[in-house]
Amino acid sequence: MRKIVSLILLAIVALGIALCVMNIPFGAPKTKVGNHYINKGREETGAANIVTSVVLNYRGFDTLGEVTVLFIAAVGLSAVLATRKKKVEKEIEPSSMILNTGCRFLFPLILFFGAYIFVHGHLTPGGGFQGGAIIASAFLLTYLGCRGRRVSERRIKVTESLSGLVFIVVGLLGLAVGGQYFLNNFLPKGILLSLFSAGIIPIIYIAIGFKVGSEIAGIIDKLMEES
Amino acid sequence: MIFIVIIFVVMMLAAAIAASIFKDLMSAVIASCLVSLIASILFYFLQAPDVAMAEAAIGAALVTAIFIIAIRRTKRHEE
Repeated sequence: MRKIVSLILLAIVALGIALCVMNIPFGAPKTKVGNHYINKGREETGAANIVTSVVLNYRGFDTLGEVTVLFIAAVGLSAVLATRKKKVEKEIEPSSMILNTGCRFLFPLILFFGAYIFVHGHLTPGGGFQGGAIIASAFLLTYLGCRGRRVSERRIKVTESLSGLVFIVVGLLGLAVGGQYFLNNFLPKGILLSLFSAGIIPIIYIAIGFKVGSEIAGIIDKLMEES
Repeated sequence: MIFIVIIFVVMMLAAAIAASIFKDLMSAVIASCLVSLIASILFYFLQAPDVAMAEAAIGAALVTAIFIIAIRRTKRHEE
C-alpha cells in the first residue's frame, strides 16, 4: 500500500517537473537583465569571469545571505554536538609511514590549489565557495590519513569570524564611499584579465574562501572528534 | 559528443537506482558519490565549470565523507 502511494506521488512530481521543463525554451534569446550582464558585465565590474561579476557585484547581497546560511548550519551543528558528553580519548592506532608521508606531502599542495582557485576567482572558473571546499577537503585528508594531527578549534573560529567581518566591513566601506548601495565596488577596476583588477571582488572572494574553508573544516573536525 | 553525454546520463541513472536499492549503506553512499561525480562532468559539458567544481568538491568529496562518518557511528546495514 505504501509503495503504491509513494509511486503515485512520484509520478505526480515527475509530471509536474516535466511540464515545467517543457515550458522553458532552450536556446531562446536571453532576458533583458541577462543580456546586460553578458554585454556590459566586463566593463562595469572589471571581472573577466561573468559568473563572478554576477555573484559578487550585481548579486553581492545574496552572497552574504548564502554565507550566513552556511554559518548558521555550522553553528547549529556545533550546538547539537556540544550537548553530548566528551568521550574518553580512545587509543588511535597510528597510520602507516607511507600513508602519513603521503598526506603530509599532499596537504600543502591541496591548500595551494584551493587558494589559487579563490584568488583567481575573478579571472578563471571557480571562486570562494569552490576554493573553500577544496581547502576543507585538504583538512579532511589529514583527519583521515594522519589522525594524530588536529587543528585548534579556536584558530578555526578566529579565522571564520575575521573573514566574515572583512566581507561586511568592505561592503559598508562601499556604502560609505560611494553612498549608493551595500557592496559598492569603490576600488579602481584596473586592467581586465590582470590579477589585481575588478576592485573589491578579489578581496571579498578571498574572505569567502577563508570563511567557507574554516567553516567546513570546523564541521569535519567536530564530527571526527565525536566518532 | 551527444553520445558521450547519453552514456554518462545512463550511468548516472544506474548509480542513482543502485544507491536506493543497496542494503549495505556504505555501498549506497559510494553510489551516490558516483551520481555527484557524473553530475559534475555533465555540468562541465554544459559549459558551467563553476558549478562543476562546486559539485565535485562538495557533492562528491565532503558530503560522502560526512555520510561515511555518520555510518561509522550508527549501523552499516539497513534492516
